[in-house]
Amino acid sequence: MSNTSHTPAPEAAGPDGPRHTALDAVHRALGATMTDFAGWDMPLRYASEREEHLAVRTRAGLFDLSHMGEITVTGPQAVEALDYALVGNIGSVAVGRARYTMICQEDGGILDDLIVYRLDTHGSPEFLVVANASNAQVVLDELTGRSADFDVEVRDDRDAYALLAVQGPRSPGILASLTDADLSGLKYYAGLPGVVAGVPALIARTGYTGEDGFELFVEPRHAEGLWQALTAAGASAGLVPAGLSCRDTLRMEAGMPLYGQELTTGLTPFDAGLGRVVKFEKEGYFVGRTALEAAAERAESAPPRKLVGLVAAGRRVPRAGYPVVADGQVVGHVTSGAPSPTLGRPIAMAYVDASHAAAGTAGVGVDIRGSIEPYEVVALPFYKRQK
Amino acid sequence: MSNPQQLRYSKEHEWLSTAEDGVSTVGITEYAANALGDVVYAQLPEVGDTVTAGETCGELESTKSVSDLYSPVTGEVTEANQDVVDDPSLVNSAPFEGGWLFKVRVAEEPKDLLSADEYTEFSGN
Repeated sequence: MSNTSHTPAPEAAGPDGPRHTALDAVHRALGATMTDFAGWDMPLRYASEREEHLAVRTRAGLFDLSHMGEITVTGPQAVEALDYALVGNIGSVAVGRARYTMICQEDGGILDDLIVYRLDTHGSPEFLVVANASNAQVVLDELTGRSADFDVEVRDDRDAYALLAVQGPRSPGILASLTDADLSGLKYYAGLPGVVAGVPALIARTGYTGEDGFELFVEPRHAEGLWQALTAAGASAGLVPAGLSCRDTLRMEAGMPLYGQELTTGLTPFDAGLGRVVKFEKEGYFVGRTALEAAAERAESAPPRKLVGLVAAGRRVPRAGYPVVADGQVVGHVTSGAPSPTLGRPIAMAYVDASHAAAGTAGVGVDIRGSIEPYEVVALPFYKRQK
Repeated sequence: MSNPQQLRYSKEHEWLSTAEDGVSTVGITEYAANALGDVVYAQLPEVGDTVTAGETCGELESTKSVSDLYSPVTGEVTEANQDVVDDPSLVNSAPFEGGWLFKVRVAEEPKDLLSADEYTEFSGN
């Protein structure tokens, strides 16, 4: 036995070895298999990743996401600065709401995808920008540079927060037993300050699993107590600790892109099928506007490739980088692939030539280490929860 | 976990049973199964195939990776475990028992296979 291929690691550990989250001892006590992810030593799985996946789909899972990169932007011109730095319309985000957006290069290439929470207190603009772990430094540097001409403070808050997520259909009940916060009034993509199990937290109804769920930003010193409280509160509801492996298959089934796989600096949001996050109607220039206007036109008139879903007829699993083929020609490449616990078959996300991207296109296969396996082209997502 | 005393082990984490009528059973160790995670696909050698000690003879896929399967001995395959092909999770749930992979009529056995104690020391488990 020896590994011949792996999902690529986004970034190696730093010279001092990987970083550990505030929950490191908890993961070790639970017997987690750990993995290096973007320089962090993170739980890959606690037991069976398939069981963890199914628990999130049917009950609830508890994640440590403390590797995510938090950046706070405050000051009188915080809205203007973010409207300039990001492609979204940040001025339209109401206090207590969140927005999925992106930060792009001048040439339109995606530097990262972000969630921005508007947290103003006492009428003073305040935003929490959450970046991918692998991109947090780049995003911090870019936001700092792009804010130079605005009256704002850009603060590195990566060490100020631990991030726990409770995801799954039973997560509202579990969380409700630990907080007086008005969860039923908390909509999807909203966030409010509250107290959970005696711990001050930003409670956000966000996630990366395709299920209802919450993300809880807390001080690192409170992380372990909150984890234990959630574990106890969720025990009777079937909550289990859940690692990054099932997080990846959950987001894949939900058709959500992952930076480094579906999203890169070589692609614009339009190339990734996410042009809707670019808000040209907002006032003034923003970084990348000119290039993105051209990209929008190109996507409209002659889209080169499209991000599609592929579902296997057989059981062999496609991996990032594998060629998508039709009639002996390479027509695209897989960006993410995994066995789907929900569908019971392997699935992949892939960029495929527009000529072969329509759902139901016949004769499409994936070259899996030299053998062509038949795949069905489907529209994303693979899975959508019943609301 | 404990590695059964009656088996011998390769450094590629396969186990080999003592031959009965010249035929030995091959599987992967519990340590290897845990390292892989949930096995979702097993490509096993076919009956009649000749396998060679230290060379690849199939592959095991898990959620996160695909790994080559090496034969711990040289010989002819007499049976592949169809139960594992149908339900690869057997490799995780019973690596030393129902999750065996194939049987081989041993022609030649390498001299460097490990005992259970040696393998435990080698793998740290």
